[in-house]
Amino acid sequence: MAAIVRFNLLTKPQIVAALPASLHVQRFQSTQAPPPGTPPPQTKTKFGPLADEDRIFTNLYGRHDWRLKGALKRGDWYKTKEIVLKGADWIVNEIKTSGLRGRGGAGFPSGMKWSFMNKPGDGRPKYLVVNADEGEPGTCKDREIMRHDPHKLVEGCLIAGRAMGAQAAYIYIRGEFYNEASNMQLAIAEAYQAGLIGKNACGTGYDFDVFMHRGAGAYICGEETALIESLEGKQGKPRLKPPFPADVGVFGCPTTVTNVETVAVAPTICRRGGVWFASFGRTRNSGTKLFNISGHVNRPCTVEEEMSIPLKELIERHCGGVTGGWDNLLGVIPGGSSTPIIPKNVCDDVIMDFDGLIAAQTSLGTAAIIVMDKSTDVIKAIARLISFYKHESCGQCTPCREGIGWMNKIMTRFVKGDAQPAEIDMLWEISKQIEGHTICALGDGAAWPVQGLIRHFRPEIEKRMQLHAKRASN
Amino acid sequence: MLRLLQPVRSIHLAPILRLGAPLNATEIRKTLKFEFSKDNQRRVKALLAWYPQAEWKGALLPLLDIAQRQQGWLSISAVQAVAETIKIDPMEAFEAAQFYTMFFMKPRGKYVVSVCTSTPCKLRGGDEIFEACKKTLNLEHGQTTPDMQFTLKEDYCMGACVNAPVLAVNDDMYEDLDEKSLSKILADLRNDKLPPAGPRNGRFASEPKGGLTTLKIPPPPPGFMMQKLPDPKKKKCQ
Repeated sequence: MAAIVRFNLLTKPQIVAALPASLHVQRFQSTQAPPPGTPPPQTKTKFGPLADEDRIFTNLYGRHDWRLKGALKRGDWYKTKEIVLKGADWIVNEIKTSGLRGRGGAGFPSGMKWSFMNKPGDGRPKYLVVNADEGEPGTCKDREIMRHDPHKLVEGCLIAGRAMGAQAAYIYIRGEFYNEASNMQLAIAEAYQAGLIGKNACGTGYDFDVFMHRGAGAYICGEETALIESLEGKQGKPRLKPPFPADVGVFGCPTTVTNVETVAVAPTICRRGGVWFASFGRTRNSGTKLFNISGHVNRPCTVEEEMSIPLKELIERHCGGVTGGWDNLLGVIPGGSSTPIIPKNVCDDVIMDFDGLIAAQTSLGTAAIIVMDKSTDVIKAIARLISFYKHESCGQCTPCREGIGWMNKIMTRFVKGDAQPAEIDMLWEISKQIEGHTICALGDGAAWPVQGLIRHFRPEIEKRMQLHAKRASN
Repeated sequence: MLRLLQPVRSIHLAPILRLGAPLNATEIRKTLKFEFSKDNQRRVKALLAWYPQAEWKGALLPLLDIAQRQQGWLSISAVQAVAETIKIDPMEAFEAAQFYTMFFMKPRGKYVVSVCTSTPCKLRGGDEIFEACKKTLNLEHGQTTPDMQFTLKEDYCMGACVNAPVLAVNDDMYEDLDEKSLSKILADLRNDKLPPAGPRNGRFASEPKGGLTTLKIPPPPPGFMMQKLPDPKKKKCQ
């Protein structure tokens, strides 16, 4: 599950801190230079396509050797020692400058998140936990990193771990990814053998361990506190926040949970500089991103592209267009199953970044684009997602446990058209009652697809009801 | 008294005991006996070293997985053996084991065939693949063939959505399926042959079919576009 964090769960100082650019920058602009770690202003107006030399994941398709030898040849582990020796503040500053936002779905500024860990210690060890529990329908980007570029992740663990002063990293990988976990494990063993991690990692005098932990098939374990619970050997049920994982996390120690992609891009950012990374994409949406394009396109694929690329260009350039042409497009789910669907007229000119999609009443999520053409039964497609969420609800909070069950029942009838138009409003009401009333964001993730469906495809639902009523009366 | 208690007790007892068959506790324990094999004991020891000693509990999921791989499924005694290894309450271990869908609490087929029918797979024909599996194996969701060869599962998202439709057999994923390649895979499995995993339409991984659109040049060498890092010796490690 994507690490969707609701902002209303953050304490007040964190909210202030989480509203990046606009407020802070304006205050400083008139009087003095921006503080260190402010991304440079973006001057470009056209984004994408990305040049091949600017790509971070150069072995995305597994056409080269993924073992240590091949990774060294592609520039992994190059001058890692120097980077680690630069110290925590330098790394965090570089990440802040790059404007990197978490790639797991919530889009929280990574530099800031990592800096939360650098409070004066109280003797407890600190942990970095890498969230590789990728299970959101549509999302399959971390899998490509772990099986074809595992050394990027191992090196990222070391650098991110150094940035937060962690002593070990746990990579929580979903249980279904057995072969991916084997690749990762082999990469870790190679890195240990070469002295790149472990005692005196890279010869820096800094001890750092990386461990793998395989999950056992529960989507909810992608939520950060559920992941921590699962890592502690309990049922994967999210915890209440606060205390935040940065205070009390795995094994009761300060912990930061980050997505695979966020960690894996960190070494390249440190090598090429935060300014380089910030030169892609619009301000506050900077960087490159892995996009998964699945569904009704001619050639579905995973591709690394610049942020803020228009959706249409992304699909036409890399996927050979929508099946039957762009005019055959019905709608797109732009960020994995938990984001609301957008219809064709919005897709025409929507920009693929955090702010661009929020303006379109949806969200970037994990940038997993599910394309549907006109042959799709859109109600059934959303109903399938709801049954997924019903299956994966952990059952702790009543609104989620019961509400998603109700939504599932109603949606099943909607698929046949066996319902009254007034029930559409009832469904909307239920989804609003679930959203924001649960411990974790799974409830929100289940409510949003339904809201998106009702927002954009209400006539479709009503038409089906009329058809069913007509058939029933005959 | 005994007769009075019988209906109450029967609620808690397994069906086999409810039928009134003679109770033989030792027999049951013997059939369900579980002990880690020599190899697995080594694995368990190596695994436990990854967790702080006070937090061995964290190793629960990996250990349950090892136990399941040894036994084929997770019996109560296997869960108990795991719980004893990491020194936690057996009930706690049992509760956790039941929460996760990858643990089979009753015997399963040799090949667990799970078909993804989540939306991205459904859009590219996941439902048809599932129907074909049902027909070929003559099973419904969650059922096992009498010869214990196959268990069929309808699953949600394997995490290979750009390679839809996807089918997983135990640990391996078969991607980009159509009915023809599916029947070939199932026929192979029936003959106890595990076909090589991966896409079935000529792709290697997740690249666009029929020609790359990106990554056409060889990867740049180490140090490409590297920024200048001042000498670390001059500045002390923070």
